Amino acid sequence: MGPIIGALEITPSYYLVLAAMLFTIGTVGVLVRRNVIVMFMGVELMLNAVNLTFVAFAKALNDIAGQVLVFFTLVVAAAEVAVGLAIIVAIFRRRRGATADDLKVLEG
Amino acid sequence: MTVFLFFTFAALTLTGALGVVLSRNPVHSALWLVLTLVSVAVLFLLQDAQLLAAVQVIVYAGAIVVLFIFVIMLLGVDRRETLTEHLPFQRPIAIALGAIALAEVLFLAGHQWATGAKTVSGVPIKGGGDFGNNIQRVARVLFTDFLWPFQLTAVLLVIAVVGSVALAKRSGERPEGPQTDTRGARETSEGESVP
Amino acid sequence: MERDLLEWIGIVPLLPLIGAAVLMLFGRRIGAPLAGWIATALMGLAFLWSLVMLVAILSLPENARSVTSVAFTWIQVDQLQIDFGFLADPLSITWILLVTGVGSLIFLYSIGYMRGDPNFSRFFAYMSLFAGSMLLLVTGSSYLLTFLGWEGVGLCSYLLIAFWFERSSAAIAGKKAFITNRVGDVGFLIAMFILIKEFGTLDYGATGAAASSASSTIVTAVALLLLLAAVGKSAQIPLFPWLTDAMEGPTPVSALIHAATMVTAGVYLIARAHPFFDASGDGLEVVAWVGVLTALLAGGAALLQPDIKRVLAYSTISQLGYMFLALGVKAYTAAVFMVLMHAFFKGCLFLGAGSVIHGNAENQDIRIMGRFRRFLPYTAIGMTIAWLAIAGVPPFAGFWAKDEILESAFIAGDYGIWVLGLLAAIFTGLYMTRLIQLVFYGNERFRDDSPAVTADALPAVSGGSDDDAGGAGGSDAGGAGSLDAAVDPADMPDALGYDPDFLPTVDFTEPTPRASRLHGHDPHESPVIMLIPILVLATLSIFGGLINLPLKGLDFLDQFLEPVFRGVTQPAPDSFAEGLSLEGIAVVLALIGIGIGLLLYRKGLRNAAKDPIVDHTGNLAPVLGHAYYVDDAQAAFFDGPGRATAEFLDEDVDQKVIDGGVNGMARLVRGAGGGLRHAQDGLVRRYALGILLGAVAILLFLLVYVGR
Repeated sequence: MGPIIGALEITPSYYLVLAAMLFTIGTVGVLVRRNVIVMFMGVELMLNAVNLTFVAFAKALNDIAGQVLVFFTLVVAAAEVAVGLAIIVAIFRRRRGATADDLKVLEG
Repeated sequence: MTVFLFFTFAALTLTGALGVVLSRNPVHSALWLVLTLVSVAVLFLLQDAQLLAAVQVIVYAGAIVVLFIFVIMLLGVDRRETLTEHLPFQRPIAIALGAIALAEVLFLAGHQWATGAKTVSGVPIKGGGDFGNNIQRVARVLFTDFLWPFQLTAVLLVIAVVGSVALAKRSGERPEGPQTDTRGARETSEGESVP
Repeated sequence: MERDLLEWIGIVPLLPLIGAAVLMLFGRRIGAPLAGWIATALMGLAFLWSLVMLVAILSLPENARSVTSVAFTWIQVDQLQIDFGFLADPLSITWILLVTGVGSLIFLYSIGYMRGDPNFSRFFAYMSLFAGSMLLLVTGSSYLLTFLGWEGVGLCSYLLIAFWFERSSAAIAGKKAFITNRVGDVGFLIAMFILIKEFGTLDYGATGAAASSASSTIVTAVALLLLLAAVGKSAQIPLFPWLTDAMEGPTPVSALIHAATMVTAGVYLIARAHPFFDASGDGLEVVAWVGVLTALLAGGAALLQPDIKRVLAYSTISQLGYMFLALGVKAYTAAVFMVLMHAFFKGCLFLGAGSVIHGNAENQDIRIMGRFRRFLPYTAIGMTIAWLAIAGVPPFAGFWAKDEILESAFIAGDYGIWVLGLLAAIFTGLYMTRLIQLVFYGNERFRDDSPAVTADALPAVSGGSDDDAGGAGGSDAGGAGSLDAAVDPADMPDALGYDPDFLPTVDFTEPTPRASRLHGHDPHESPVIMLIPILVLATLSIFGGLINLPLKGLDFLDQFLEPVFRGVTQPAPDSFAEGLSLEGIAVVLALIGIGIGLLLYRKGLRNAAKDPIVDHTGNLAPVLGHAYYVDDAQAAFFDGPGRATAEFLDEDVDQKVIDGGVNGMARLVRGAGGGLRHAQDGLVRRYALGILLGAVAILLFLLVYVGR
């Protein structure tokens, strides 16, 4: 097993594939779960997948800018989580145990 | 070695992700998320992104997930979610679309992009071309080429702080200051007690 | 200089139209009787200007007596150009003199007749509008201008017939007049379309010149279509019932519009379009036969009418038939001559009838009049003169005109027409004599205690517009029952169609029209302002014939109109003897008619309920009285198949198809909206699904197109 595994080269494509799968899981998670916080976590998964993609390309193209972009993505994700959770707190103060399906005030 | 590490932590990543999505208890989801994030950090390490790996662990796993758990506990939404899906066809369609999207992306990844650039399969990982270690390299680019976005993110963070405080505040609350005693004030000015 | 003057012939229609505008805008403020004087003054000015036109044209050489002036270019589309222009030639000048002259007299009369009516100024506004339209009709230089005036007089006829529109019978009569005219107008319109298509112009001169070289089908088609229009406007068979019902309007309206002017518009049209009729022998045949049949049948119906105005209405229809007869045998100038004479004596008769009605407490049934000569002497004189004129007694006006017409028929070889025309002449003498005798002479039948009047209802020999139960009875005062004013109007039988809720807007100090009697008062004469026009017209009826005596050199009208009808050989007697003998026959027949009338009615009626003619005609009486039920037949047709068609179109076509289509459109949109609305359910997860779907689709697109 050693030589065979040793002969395999982990190219950036592997990371891309992984990232794609991670992204898909995150997406389906957002769509399928009703608990708002868990949906948020799905979004985090998607962001992580993107970060992974960026880093893979940074490595592949030998351009450090990819990592810098991940940096920014991280910052924005943090800010987003803060604000998003604040909103959730504000909403959930009134309605305990509400799910995403209950929040449909803007219906046509 | 790299191969072994890659596949291990790739597996852990996906397992964590599935755990997040499939757990019925939100707290469990948060914990699975931690696993995912840490695995991704390791994957960063494997790709010579040491700074990012560290930042990932500190910020993501250390702060964001903690925040998640705080909120879950605060709001008491840790109840188990019911299994039944209320929206018709949501689950099948979501899974189907997800699979299709995955297939498309993989297919695209293996072929020429719209930009004409070939994908990067076949390029071996090198160990840093420029001088200095990873942190130095990132810092050098961050504070020169990417200075403007850097400052903007600072502003963004301030906005986020202010915003979250404002949003999460209880409405109708006035700042608690010294009690204003009107009765007392009138007494002292007029010298007589007002009924 | 004269030609320049003649270019201003447009002033003639303009003056009354200005009056109409002023009176419509400020009539209420101007008030009676000033509004009437303004209208009359403008008509008088128009008459003076017409005289100027006459003098101007007479000073032109004979072959140059046609002046066209263009005010502006009205329509300019591709090759079609229609100018708003006026034509000053002998024919139009004859007509404007007629309309403004007789019109001024009638306007003057109306000032007296309409005194006390709350809508005094509205009346004169409409009358002025009518006069303006009629003058526009006759001075227009193209068919379209004439049509403009044509429609205008139709409108004014409606407005004036239904002047007292609170009375349902009047409103219905107005509608009927307008709609019947419209049927004729269809002919006019289609004729104009054909003219445009074939000749590319509607100008009288151009079309006239082209008529002789056009194909005979086109020419005949145009002729017959114009005849249809003329039949509608001039109340010939079968479009005549509107004229008898038009008697609902005030009497000056009947005089001006339905005797002297508007109804002659049909004659004018055919005279103007004579190139087409000349070129189409069949067209002329039809015209002549329509004319003579109308003359005869209307004359027969006039024999039995108990209402003074209806006798005159049928008489008008009959005399118009004579005019059409003349046109049909190419005796164009004879027809024009008849128009003029008829205007004089028929105008006089109508104005006199108005005077009688005013003096008789609005009662119109001649069976309960009698011996009015004592009380309305001047009116009696006027109407007696007019009677002699219309009957065709020489040397009064009517004789010369009618005689010329019958003569022409004989000379043209239409002996059948000639005989029928003679028969109609007898009728004319007979019914007019009956009328005059029963009104002014004979015995008094209007007193409450007159032995001639029974307390029972006078029989309804003739009917009004029976097509509407609410409006039955029309202007026929002789309808069943109701002439005894002791009867409370509210109790009146429905057969009369009297609806107490519908009262005309006349002075309420006067008894309600047609439903009351004099009760101890005597009939009274009318004020001077009404008598002057009557007597003027009576004088014209005496001497009017002088403008066209059948003697060489004295036929002024013929000579005057010669340039208009150049190229037409109008029938003329070969020798003086032939002419004289034909005239003699006409005189004899007129006297026969008068004689029979005097025989039957010299002493009036012994019993107001029994009319000798009614007795003698026996079973035929209701048929004649109701004008052969033409009106009823038309009403039944429109009530039956007409109503069915209208209901079908309304329910099945309009409501289901058209409304259904429109509403269906709306329903479709609403339904679609309602369906699409469900996409906006406010559920975030659904939206997210949509986004994913979109993303997948775009990726697919990329794969398929770019990957290639």
